Amino acid sequence: MTQTPSQTVGPYFAYGLSPQQYLYNHTSIASGNLRTSNTQGEPITIKGRVLDGQGNAIPDAMIEIWQADAKGQYNPTDSDFKGFGRFGTGTDPEAQFIFQTIKPASVDGQAPHITVVVFMRGLLTHAYTRLYFSDETAENQKDIVLSTVPEERKNTLIAQRQETPEGIVYQWDIVMQGEQETVFFDV
Amino acid sequence: MNHNQRDWEVHPPYLYPDYKSTVFRAPSKPLIPMKHTLSESTGPVYGQESVGKYDNDLTKNGIRNGEPLGERIVVSGRILDIDGRPIKNTLVEIWQANAAGRYIHKVDQHNAPLDPNFFGGGRCVTDENGRYTFMTIKPGAYPWGNHPNAWRPNHIHFSLFGSNITNRLVTQMYFPGDPLLQYDPIYQGVPEKARHLLVSQFDLSLTQPDFALGYNFDIVLRGHNATPFENQ
Ligand SMILES: [Fe+3]
Repeated sequence: MTQTPSQTVGPYFAYGLSPQQYLYNHTSIASGNLRTSNTQGEPITIKGRVLDGQGNAIPDAMIEIWQADAKGQYNPTDSDFKGFGRFGTGTDPEAQFIFQTIKPASVDGQAPHITVVVFMRGLLTHAYTRLYFSDETAENQKDIVLSTVPEERKNTLIAQRQETPEGIVYQWDIVMQGEQETVFFDV
Repeated sequence: MNHNQRDWEVHPPYLYPDYKSTVFRAPSKPLIPMKHTLSESTGPVYGQESVGKYDNDLTKNGIRNGEPLGERIVVSGRILDIDGRPIKNTLVEIWQANAAGRYIHKVDQHNAPLDPNFFGGGRCVTDENGRYTFMTIKPGAYPWGNHPNAWRPNHIHFSLFGSNITNRLVTQMYFPGDPLLQYDPIYQGVPEKARHLLVSQFDLSLTQPDFALGYNFDIVLRGHNATPFENQ
């Protein structure tokens, strides 16, 4: 059989895919908050913008993340940590995506990382990338996926750890085009 | 082509200048090929517990003081993998304009009426045969700013998970015989041989006599049984 072609998420996904975040009167299956006070692991916040080829922050992108838990498990059966988050860039004044999650453990001998899926108006097919952590230098150096990325582009995948009054924040922009273009994968 | 990979002969390219928003948003450097690891062969699982009572009935889930206006339709189809196997218990999310071509979204400024009894968002989970079914209102066409006198054909937006994160698909379902399809750069962005896969089929067996017309729209996702080492 032939795969069904992809189409853009368009500008009006919010009430269908993330209604609660955008204050529509409908439940959401996922949000930017992946953890509860009971979730094991180091609580972290991931923040960033999605920048277009002219350097403008994109306010109608939707970012999804998929990650392992603090034990390195996907879809753990013994916890309420789903590992999946979804956030539109249309509610933050600076068009940021913001995820409250926990830092994942290593999986399969890979460096700790998060799978990131990018959707927006103007993107006919979604894009896959990965987020790695700036404080995992040794692990990052031997990661099998990062090692396929040209040296000068690796930095586009590494979120910068910051200690702030609100806790640990990893800052990471997604750049769609140009010199600092984020590495996207053919997954 | 390994069948767990995206088939670039059917998906639209990132850069398709007739669709103007692609020009500054399309990645410009080549994608880096990635062998699937456990991170790619797993994905979120949303089952029946994520679906509310009227979530699959858009003619009911937005009612405030009456019935929504427009032509009632049944939209149903099967979610299959590349080998034709049904994908069971997988979440299907949809959103669409109302019969007048207006979205409830706050930034939709199209000068067409909102329908106080129509929300336009819904979701359901496929059954044992991979089948989903929505009851809804046929969405209207709407103008957009891509080029002078640009109109989107009637369409319903679909979002699917499938069996892992690489199966993720967001697409749009169109209606047979729509004269706007030939002018729509979003539809035309799909390679020609695959465009028909986005057009639903009128299906008399799905109609509900004296109540609603029926359209069938099957969706094929990527490989079902991706395992971490299958590609290596
Ligand atoms: Fe639309």
